[in-house]
Amino acid sequence: MGGVLRRYGPVLTAAILLAVASWLLLLVVLPQVLMVDFSFRPSLPPSKAGGPEDVYTLRNYATLWTNQIHLAIFLKTIWASSLVTAVTLAVCYPVAFYLAQVAPRRRLPTLVLMLVIPFWINELLRTFAWYIILAYNGPLNALLVGLGIFSEPQRLLGGDAGVIVGMVYVYILFMVFPIMNAMESLDRNQIEAARDLGAGWLRIHRRIVIPHAKPGIAVGCIMTFMLAAGSYAVPALLGGPQSRWFTEVIYNWFFEGGNWNQGAAYAFILLILCIAFILLMMRLFRVGLTDIAK
Amino acid sequence: MTAASFRRWLTGAYLVLFFGYLFLPLGIMAAATFNSSRFPTVTPWMGFTLQWFGALWADQRMWQALGTSLLVGAGVIAVAVPLGLAAALLLDRLHSRARTFLYAVMVSPLLTPGVIVGISTLVFWREWFGVTGGLFLTVLAQSSFIAAYAMLLFLARLQRFDPTLEEAALDLGATHGQVFRRITLPYLTPAILSASFLAFLQSFENYNTTLFVRGLDTTLTVYIASKVRTGLTPAVNALSLILIALTILGAVVYEILRRREARRQPDPA
Repeated sequence: MGGVLRRYGPVLTAAILLAVASWLLLLVVLPQVLMVDFSFRPSLPPSKAGGPEDVYTLRNYATLWTNQIHLAIFLKTIWASSLVTAVTLAVCYPVAFYLAQVAPRRRLPTLVLMLVIPFWINELLRTFAWYIILAYNGPLNALLVGLGIFSEPQRLLGGDAGVIVGMVYVYILFMVFPIMNAMESLDRNQIEAARDLGAGWLRIHRRIVIPHAKPGIAVGCIMTFMLAAGSYAVPALLGGPQSRWFTEVIYNWFFEGGNWNQGAAYAFILLILCIAFILLMMRLFRVGLTDIAK
Repeated sequence: MTAASFRRWLTGAYLVLFFGYLFLPLGIMAAATFNSSRFPTVTPWMGFTLQWFGALWADQRMWQALGTSLLVGAGVIAVAVPLGLAAALLLDRLHSRARTFLYAVMVSPLLTPGVIVGISTLVFWREWFGVTGGLFLTVLAQSSFIAAYAMLLFLARLQRFDPTLEEAALDLGATHGQVFRRITLPYLTPAILSASFLAFLQSFENYNTTLFVRGLDTTLTVYIASKVRTGLTPAVNALSLILIALTILGAVVYEILRRREARRQPDPA
């Protein structure tokens, strides 16, 4: 703290501390704390707030276990988000490896720019593109019927499959960049040496590339899972009443059910799910928090 | 064909497929703008038209939503960029466990699902201050995580800063205010510009967080989502096409500026 004061002087230091404190307290920490507090209270009309009925309760959390539909949606959100994460990882790994280790250096900036451009395009627009592709009279159905795979167009929108396909597309770049960045620091000579010593491709990846890229893989998986589990746009556009997502249930508690306490409890459950996934990844890849938060 | 050249061929084919996968859906969406079908599609092709740009131009609610988005974006720049700057200046001077802890708290909004950022902001401001959803909360909720992006950008630039410049100026009798205005801020100007640009982009495209705190206000992204579900015409594609063109333009300009900056300041690291 002395270093801060010496460098910036009293006035600037005070301004910096005030700004950081108001950001972290008013915009980050206190809202989270209050949301959690809110989730343990019953939903009461304003006249009864603070009254004898306003006590801490687990009732809002019990709802998830007693409501079979919500529980099924929650569990589906978990496995579908895991599937999205696994598929994006499988698709991205070769691309990240190529860009970080194989691509000629002079072509690299252009290739990276070609990744950055779709990454910057609005998530909602990228979802909308799949809405058009998957539509009943859309190009995918036309292609599949044209090739004779289907005899007539199928309903591709409004189900879980469409949502998952859309999510893979929308969140794929959150997987590419962390893995690519992690692989870039691997010395190409290490791979050469392993190959000269007779290691096959599989072994080179298992013993050299993957261990080196572990923090990047962990970050990519964490980001993708968090975005998929927390996505509202993709299921709202590509899904339907039969393929609701947990975020949609939360939204309904707030804006249709009018029970904010219940919604806050579900939101906290979603947050716990994401934290649990982060811990799982840290355990699985044996990386620390400092490796992830780079 | 040898094994090596087969592998090279396979790699090339995979890359073509991958980039095709990235761009083809956007191309199809763009192409549907010019199809004179009432519903946005490319199959069947009903003939070339530009009518949907006109329909978009005449859409009053679209203009209103665009205005809201611009306003929110400006608000987010005004809030998130100074917060991110202050946070980076503070972190840059801390070397301890306090730094690790603060850093973790600062980046935590980036690892939190956007809907939860929106919900916690909505609950907190209603309970403590009686503020309900609207432009104000939208700016605050978006800033809470966009400030973290800004902080990371500033921190990256500060790491290459030579602190002896400031010390020399202080030794020569400059005040702290002068040092900040004449040395630190000018050095950080490129980062301020890129942080503002990214903050605006993040704000403009945000959907998950905005949805919970917007109240009765509609940003352009929220408007597009509502149009897709009710009243979808290729005018939405025309809008998407324009936004994508602007994004590509922005990305290319940003990249050119970044490369020029990188050439001017060779990075020793």
